Amino acid sequence: MSMVKRAAFAAAILALCSSVSWADTIKVGVIAEFSGPFAMYGRQYREAIETYVTKYGKQAGEHTIEFIYKDVGGSNPDVAKTLAQELLIREQVDYLAGFTFTPNALAVAPLIDQSQTPTVIFNAATSSINKGSQYFLRTSYTLPQVTAPLADWAFDQGIKTVVTAVSDYGPGIDAEKAFKAAFEKKGGKVVDAIRMPVATTDFTPFIQRVRSHNPNAVFAFLPGGPPTFGFTKTYNENGLAKSGIRFLGTAETEESNLQALGDAAIGLTTAFHYSAAHDSDVAREFNKAVKEKFPNAITNWASVGAYDGTHLIYEMVKAAGSDGPKALEAVKALKWESPRGPVEMDPQTRTLKQNVYIREVERDAASGLLVNREKGVIATVGDLGWSQ
Amino acid sequence: MSLLLNIAVDGIAYGMILFMISVGLSVTMGLMRVINLAHGAFALVGGAVAHTLILRWGLGYYVAVPLAIAVTIGSAFLSERLLFRRIYRLGELQQVLSTIGITFMVIAAVNKLLGSSLLSIPLPASLQHSLDLGFRVLPAHRLVVILAGIAVTIGLVLTLDRSRFGTRLRASVDNRNIASSLGINTDRIYAATFCLGAGLAALGGILGSELLPVDAYYPLRYMVLFLIVVSVGGMGSITGSFAAALALGVLETASRYLIPDAGTIVFFALVMALLAFRPAGLLGKA
Repeated sequence: MSMVKRAAFAAAILALCSSVSWADTIKVGVIAEFSGPFAMYGRQYREAIETYVTKYGKQAGEHTIEFIYKDVGGSNPDVAKTLAQELLIREQVDYLAGFTFTPNALAVAPLIDQSQTPTVIFNAATSSINKGSQYFLRTSYTLPQVTAPLADWAFDQGIKTVVTAVSDYGPGIDAEKAFKAAFEKKGGKVVDAIRMPVATTDFTPFIQRVRSHNPNAVFAFLPGGPPTFGFTKTYNENGLAKSGIRFLGTAETEESNLQALGDAAIGLTTAFHYSAAHDSDVAREFNKAVKEKFPNAITNWASVGAYDGTHLIYEMVKAAGSDGPKALEAVKALKWESPRGPVEMDPQTRTLKQNVYIREVERDAASGLLVNREKGVIATVGDLGWSQ
Repeated sequence: MSLLLNIAVDGIAYGMILFMISVGLSVTMGLMRVINLAHGAFALVGGAVAHTLILRWGLGYYVAVPLAIAVTIGSAFLSERLLFRRIYRLGELQQVLSTIGITFMVIAAVNKLLGSSLLSIPLPASLQHSLDLGFRVLPAHRLVVILAGIAVTIGLVLTLDRSRFGTRLRASVDNRNIASSLGINTDRIYAATFCLGAGLAALGGILGSELLPVDAYYPLRYMVLFLIVVSVGGMGSITGSFAAALALGVLETASRYLIPDAGTIVFFALVMALLAFRPAGLLGKA
């Protein structure tokens, strides 16, 4: 075959391939935890994606969407990077999604930059991730986004002195700083800042130290599961609630562990972007659809992050197929009604602007279950950590 | 002064929970010379069964807890017949690998059946109130744990040192062949001891769940803690485990009160220092 012929042949194949793939299947690689201690999040992402697919079909515009799930097993940047490489090169995915942990998301930044792959973060909540690549889009929240409004609100409620008690790791320290900055700017005073070892199981010493300061409230940040359980129990049992020291938090009362906290959780005040008890038709419909497909499912921040993320991917595919930069352009200021309330993409930070709700844990009279009842709304907050 | 009292009260309560969950391990690992890393798995089974009985079947706490311990002992008996009796004869590394494999299987099974979220074991109303000690309040269930810990220590010391079963067990462990030629049914002694260890694990897992909440990953999360208590106390020594658990509980609590930022480091540094001077543990026989 001559050079010219060969080139023409190659060009023909290329043209054929690209035209076929243009109207063909768009693949989305989901990197999340499907085994190990955090397997619950992977399962919730998957439940939300499948619920969305059931509702809106596999077709987005003239393309068919296919999801490929990969298990990263936990906070494991090397594995995340390897999986992303595998998905991009071997599976030829056009979009990436998932990412519970910040290090996992950061590890794929150079790859998605190079391959121009829009990547939708379902959870990882550190502001700086989205600075790592312009192809990151985030449908969860950032820590300052929920913490600073909580500090402002608390001050307006007459809470003037606070002790912060956070788990001694990255997100905990971020939360401590965000709370302190916002609270002191308002004129409040953080009288003590306690950092608790992550492996702590007995919280009594820390709770006693909070008590000895007798502040108006304690602001806590803990990883979900056993630590939150231990902290809220100890908070109640040592009489802090009774002596009027309020509990302020963010994700501590999230839905998948809320029932396990029991009556000790009643009255805990948190600021967060999502409550399964959100009062809107979209929210009720969402919960019903998930429960119909997966009777044992519990919806929380992970479900709604993935559900909105899937919506974003569908919109991108509809508008631009597999063309990454064009897809990004198409959704950079997209607005929609999410199960958490109205949301919109912020073109600068590529994180959702959304309502932050002040909630209080109550026992629902109808179902007998604990719920995060929304008591107040701080409207459309952007990523407050972006400029720091 | 009130700080010292706080450290003493919280330290003893925490230490007693450490003791409750690791004393069973001291029995199987120390007395039977089996490296049983599946110990936490029995605590998990006990906790998961108690959770299921109380929250899914609606049984009362005082019915569900003995039942859950009985179920755990039953499953320990079965697994001893089918699995562990083959493991006794293996070398140390093989014991470690096979028992940790069993742990992973139990974790996967619980994860499959009950999910990976917290498996709470709600306390009955009678244990939910707090006691006023004058200078501070103490949750009632911690007092129950302290009393249970003391009862278990006394019961075990009497059983192992004074009873006929204890004599036979010690004989079987020291020289299995001679013991069985003297007419002791060593198979039965081993099975009974193994079940005793598992039952104690279940009791500790359930009673301790207020401090060390039960979820599917319980055995891995706290394995290091169980092993530390047993090795600091000295393998096979019940009183040693008791002393070690109390000492570690008070030390860790003190470091949390006084230097919270360095809590974990202080704990492990002290454990290393102690084991450097007494490799066999506080009351262990080298």
